[in-house]
Amino acid sequence: MDVTPLGDSAVLIHLAENFEDAPELTLEQVLTAQRCLSAAKIPGVIELAPAYTTVALFYDPIISIKAGAPSGNIFDWIEERIRNALSKVETTGPESVERSVIEIPVCYDIEFGFDLDEVAQRAGMDRKKVVDLHSGAKYRVHCVGFIGGFPFLGGLPRELATPRRETPRKEVPTGSIGIGGKQTGIYQIKSPGGWNIIGRTPLRLFDPQKNPPGLLRTGDRVRFRSISRHEFDRAA
Amino acid sequence: MKATAIRAGFLTSVQDLGRSGLREFGVSSGGALDPHALRVANLLVGNDESAAGLEITFGGLRIRFADERIVAWCGGSFDARIGSTNLLSGHPALAQSGEEFSIESPAIGCRAWLAISGGIDVAIVLGSRSTDLKAAFGGMNGRPMRDGEQFPLFENPARSRTLIERLRDKRVAPWKPPHDWSSTARREPLLRFVRGADAKRCGPAALEAFRRESFFVSPDSDRMGVRLDGPRLERSDQADLLSEAVAPGTVQLPPSGKPILLLNDCQTIGGYPKLANVITVDLPIAAQLRAADVVRFTEVSLADAHRALLERQRDLEQFGRGIESQFR
Repeated sequence: MDVTPLGDSAVLIHLAENFEDAPELTLEQVLTAQRCLSAAKIPGVIELAPAYTTVALFYDPIISIKAGAPSGNIFDWIEERIRNALSKVETTGPESVERSVIEIPVCYDIEFGFDLDEVAQRAGMDRKKVVDLHSGAKYRVHCVGFIGGFPFLGGLPRELATPRRETPRKEVPTGSIGIGGKQTGIYQIKSPGGWNIIGRTPLRLFDPQKNPPGLLRTGDRVRFRSISRHEFDRAA
Repeated sequence: MKATAIRAGFLTSVQDLGRSGLREFGVSSGGALDPHALRVANLLVGNDESAAGLEITFGGLRIRFADERIVAWCGGSFDARIGSTNLLSGHPALAQSGEEFSIESPAIGCRAWLAISGGIDVAIVLGSRSTDLKAAFGGMNGRPMRDGEQFPLFENPARSRTLIERLRDKRVAPWKPPHDWSSTARREPLLRFVRGADAKRCGPAALEAFRRESFFVSPDSDRMGVRLDGPRLERSDQADLLSEAVAPGTVQLPPSGKPILLLNDCQTIGGYPKLANVITVDLPIAAQLRAADVVRFTEVSLADAHRALLERQRDLEQFGRGIESQFR
């Protein structure tokens, strides 16, 4: 484990060297660390942000000082508390929280899936096979970030891996499902983007009027269900 | 009670001190790019320091008030008026019913924060009244202010009412905060940074050049970040990283070798190596950078960054206590 400053109000905790080698295990490690750090209630900590192999811990140095951190060495004070909070993990071992599977309806019509043909061509299969593979797989949220809570999902069938588009689109519509490299993801708000778009969900996954605003968080299990254009229109 | 933006200006948005606790959902911290300026302006008009005000970019704003209000602004070198009277930054002033506040384009810097007594009464979305322009929520329906638009204000608090009585004749208060709080734009500023989480990966040559060289602000800069032109910083390792958290102040080094200094509306995660982090107390100066400005960087220790932050907080608290007598 490695703890590095991210400016004067955050630290990055690196929990593993590599993600690809053991995504499930690394994800559990990250989620467990997030849980332990949250339970430790380190004075001054504002929030925790997990991503792949890391957990970022954002803190208010002023509050940490008021809680006894030496003003000349807040970082060491925080690092010590982080290491204490995480040392307990190693002795008890990670305990996975069982999460239910969130099902996301997707209309894979060519009208929504601008790049479906390109993905199919690259994979050497027809459109239907791409849809069957994409909607047949089990995914896990590896990270949520970028803009408006974009969830990065691991578990994409290897055949469907497609590099990002050379020129990103200026605007990708809300609800678009994309493939970027070995991952798949959902554009929860209208934004620029370079992923290959294969369909669209009528489900509103990000709603700032709700708290929490996002349906998905790191660690969640996800499946896609293929729906007809008719069903899409009814749900939208 | 409502005020009217007769002219909304180049880019004016409702901002307070921003959001927290939502990074795991990909929500940026947002808020005033110079939270200190907004805090000070709020204290000057008798508001709670976290009240929502207006972030004004490149001026061009004209507001008409429908009732008596105390206003104060802090930020770049702008010419502002209340009615026909000049209003320097940092001085609280009385705007009478029907009177206008106007602010022209700046000589130095690009942003100003205007506090209005009572504060702007827009709905709280995810814990803040700030406008998230990129995700389009908060503030005035997630977008900039428009010409002719009315915006609601809370009632004047008791403290502001006292000040209104005091300023009936003088109109503009003679007192103001320290000059560098109310007037934050600098020519060719030197920004302090602490070493970034990936400074080693970027290599000593890149870090050394970052310390030594001058950079130009690219026109392609906004509330998400300041893009820096100038010498190309060569990375010793060209591989991008697995995405991990970034923060306002983070200086990313993309393969182009042109650093990007992230500001409050930045994405929550990024895959470019993090060469440096501009310290929190210097972000207000970064918030004034505009196209073609020259900027340089100097390294400080993390302990120095924390000391500067603590000192800033103590000074602000002391200032808050010091102006109490004006509201009694």
